[in-house]
Amino acid sequence: MDAESTGSVRDSIAPLIEITGITKRFPGVLANDDISLSIEKSEVHCLLGENGAGKSTLISILSGMTRPDAGTILIEGIETEIDSPRQALDLGIGTVYQHATLVPTLTVLENLILGNTKGATLDETEGRRRLDELASILGADVDPNAVAGDLALDEQQVIEIIKALWKGKTALILDEPTAMLAPAGVAELEKMFQRLKADGLAIVFITHMLHEAIEMGDRVTVLRQGRVAGSIGPDELRSEHSERLRDRIVEIMFGSEAPEMGDVAELHVDVLEDHPDQGSLEEATSDAGGRSIGAPILKLDNVSLEASPASHGLHNINLTITEGEILGIAGVGGNGQAELAEVLAGQRRVDSGQIHLLHDGNLQRIDRLGVHARGQMGLRYVSDDRRGEATVGSMSVSINLVLKKIGDAPFWRRHIMQAGEIQRNAESAVENFDIRTPSADTNISKLSGGNIQKVILARETMSNPRIVIHNKPTHGLDVRTMLMVRERIRQMAAEGVSAVVISNHLEELLDLCDRFAVLSKGRVVGIVENGPDAERHIGDLMVGGAVS
Amino acid sequence: MKASDHVRTELADENADGRAGASDRKNGKTSGLSESSRTEKIRRAILLTILPLLAAILTGGLLILAFGENPFAFYGTIIDRGIVSSSGLQETLIRMAPLLLIAAGLIVAFSAGIWNLGGDGQFLFGASIVGGLAATVSDAMPRGLMLIFMLSMSAAVGAAWTIVPALMKARYGINEIITTLMMSAIGVNLASLSVKVWFLTGEQGLQIPRTRILDVSDRLPTLFGTRVHAGLVIGLVAVIALHLMMRHTTLGLRLNLLGANVKAARHAGLKVSKLIVVTFLLSGAFMGLAGGVEVLGVQGLVRAGFNPALGLVVVPLVFLARMNGWVTIAFVFLLSVLTIGGELATRQAGLPNDFGLLIVALVLIFMTIAEYFEARRVRGERTVWQTMSDRLLSRGRAGV
Repeated sequence: MDAESTGSVRDSIAPLIEITGITKRFPGVLANDDISLSIEKSEVHCLLGENGAGKSTLISILSGMTRPDAGTILIEGIETEIDSPRQALDLGIGTVYQHATLVPTLTVLENLILGNTKGATLDETEGRRRLDELASILGADVDPNAVAGDLALDEQQVIEIIKALWKGKTALILDEPTAMLAPAGVAELEKMFQRLKADGLAIVFITHMLHEAIEMGDRVTVLRQGRVAGSIGPDELRSEHSERLRDRIVEIMFGSEAPEMGDVAELHVDVLEDHPDQGSLEEATSDAGGRSIGAPILKLDNVSLEASPASHGLHNINLTITEGEILGIAGVGGNGQAELAEVLAGQRRVDSGQIHLLHDGNLQRIDRLGVHARGQMGLRYVSDDRRGEATVGSMSVSINLVLKKIGDAPFWRRHIMQAGEIQRNAESAVENFDIRTPSADTNISKLSGGNIQKVILARETMSNPRIVIHNKPTHGLDVRTMLMVRERIRQMAAEGVSAVVISNHLEELLDLCDRFAVLSKGRVVGIVENGPDAERHIGDLMVGGAVS
Repeated sequence: MKASDHVRTELADENADGRAGASDRKNGKTSGLSESSRTEKIRRAILLTILPLLAAILTGGLLILAFGENPFAFYGTIIDRGIVSSSGLQETLIRMAPLLLIAAGLIVAFSAGIWNLGGDGQFLFGASIVGGLAATVSDAMPRGLMLIFMLSMSAAVGAAWTIVPALMKARYGINEIITTLMMSAIGVNLASLSVKVWFLTGEQGLQIPRTRILDVSDRLPTLFGTRVHAGLVIGLVAVIALHLMMRHTTLGLRLNLLGANVKAARHAGLKVSKLIVVTFLLSGAFMGLAGGVEVLGVQGLVRAGFNPALGLVVVPLVFLARMNGWVTIAFVFLLSVLTIGGELATRQAGLPNDFGLLIVALVLIFMTIAEYFEARRVRGERTVWQTMSDRLLSRGRAGV
């Protein structure tokens, strides 16, 4: 990938996009450090790396959101500066971000022609034609008149892809497109990739799932600390065994720490899917099943929340969680998981039913208590909305660590903030939870997702927790942080602290939990003990529940 | 609300920095970090305050020149009248008193993310109740007690006038920008009406309906033999106390949290509705107090139709100060100098009285522009000028 080789091939087959020496420095961070890579036509180029490795910066440079401090971008051999997102789109480089960019109240067609109009009027006929054309390339069935907000997540993502390709079809960049998708949605996405490749597009695809990179990618580039740590070309990806590829990638990602990371359960499970005959799923989960079960700590009796247009509500939920137990909440996202978590945390009042929590030796009714009171009784909630709800981006790490203790000693005395105590608390959290931050006074928005998750985990699990609700605790985290989070949940359970884990990833639940409650349309449709058949049982319940 | 979110973020940045500095000092650290942050602070002060001020003076000067007047004479008068001359400086300080209290009311509200734009109505209710009752009450009780009673009354009615927007916001989430502005329009007229109907003095032969005059000897005490009344002290104490409250107390953090992110506030277990009402009441109380101080300190009475309309002038100042109390005090001083000095300067130059406000507006606009460029710089984005020049220079290459 050095100058010599690119020079010789430029005339014949210049790469579609060639990035050379891209460097981007933010205050205190070298986000991209001399990154060079090439993106070819009809290829899926996977970008892997831990949180903070520089993937997001790189794609924001490609999509015109950020300008590099140094380095060049060649598009079909011609040096090009991408000044703005608009220019990137004009060049045919479309980006699908993690967060939704559709206006929920507008129709699909309106969303697409919005911002792509010439003159003052909306050209609907032309818009429909373009939509049909792109939909047929993707092989998707799109209703132009559907209201965007009514679409399911995977349908919305198709619209986002169409929107990204609206101006031109050179390259499609996707930032963790599979994070919010159910397995069926991921398979659908893979099919779309194939069709786009056939159409000559280049696809740049960020993921944390190694198996996705191995299955879908034609080329894999691993970033580490802002640099290209290594890459695997198409020949090797096609010919090598997936397990060997996985080992290679882990080695590139973690270098000397690779052996230790090689035991990641998530990776085992993923690889197992390729070799179902080995059947060591039981092995991976056996340690979870063997814990002794204690007294009931949290009890839900007929807990109900009325349904609304936006939510299925909750209907007569009856659950008992015992001391030291890890209960998994399984189910397709949007079936009442968020509502259940908020009702348990005290952010939302139940419409009927009762919740009891073990406190001072007996079960006490808590469904009328607020977040603070429940927190003091040891019930904690790790929200899945890290940046939007669980933390305040404009406040420091140290303040975020005490946000749920405002007014409590020793951080406040007679309503006056004790800066020293808050600082000490932050320092101990930073040390115990390995939070990577320039200082405790740094605004939390400057931290990576994984480090924000550590701050939240520290806040919710320090000072005598009894039971912790984890809503998608490892969503979007890199392998290292994910391991750390899971280990913390296990370790606390071993010390008698119960957990309720809500997750879209069944393998995560299978790895962690003793028991599963399957939610469907706001109801518990079944309780499954963890064991060899658990996965199949849960799958049946999820499907069965969805049908009824 | 986008803009306010942005401002709030910036504000909280400032908070965090401030706290960082404080803890550094406490630990007795004199590391290179705090050193560089000090030069950084000076650089920012110059860039965000002094430069825009100079730009506004320059632009204003060109305008004065265009009107055929001498800008040096104009600015000379402003400085002489606003700061240098003893009587002018006293006028400036007197003007600061109600402005500071209004700023205090806005600091509370904006920190909590609540747009109380109904300051004028709340101010005039405070003024009218004092104008209407002070003279009568002073017959019944000693001056000190009367002053405390009347100031409390003005704060109470100012707060009361926010109850409707407060409950509508807290209970139904109705946008308070609309409700406070509407309540303010009602309040302004109702206050005027109250002077004509309830608080009208019995004296004969009045051109304009007004309340009974409060004896000069019964008004707020003056400071050090000047005409500057104690309202200035009340205003300064209020702003500084709020500044400290927002940074060091539970209520301050709760309000900041509410302002930064309502969802996070709920998640952290704050009683959001209750906090919204508390914010409105506090904010309205300061607005009402501003009205009370103005009557007890300066006017001594209220005429029907009295409305200095100070509420909205302070809004941009408080935002540009990022709700920082000390900076607010400096900005309010500047505004007072420009208005007091500007009154005389425009008259001497034969310019319309509004010209003084024009200079104030120019200062605000240039400060906002400076903020914008600073924010872009911090985010590491390129400026409009850089982008434009790049476009012009690399048109051919970029247009692939």
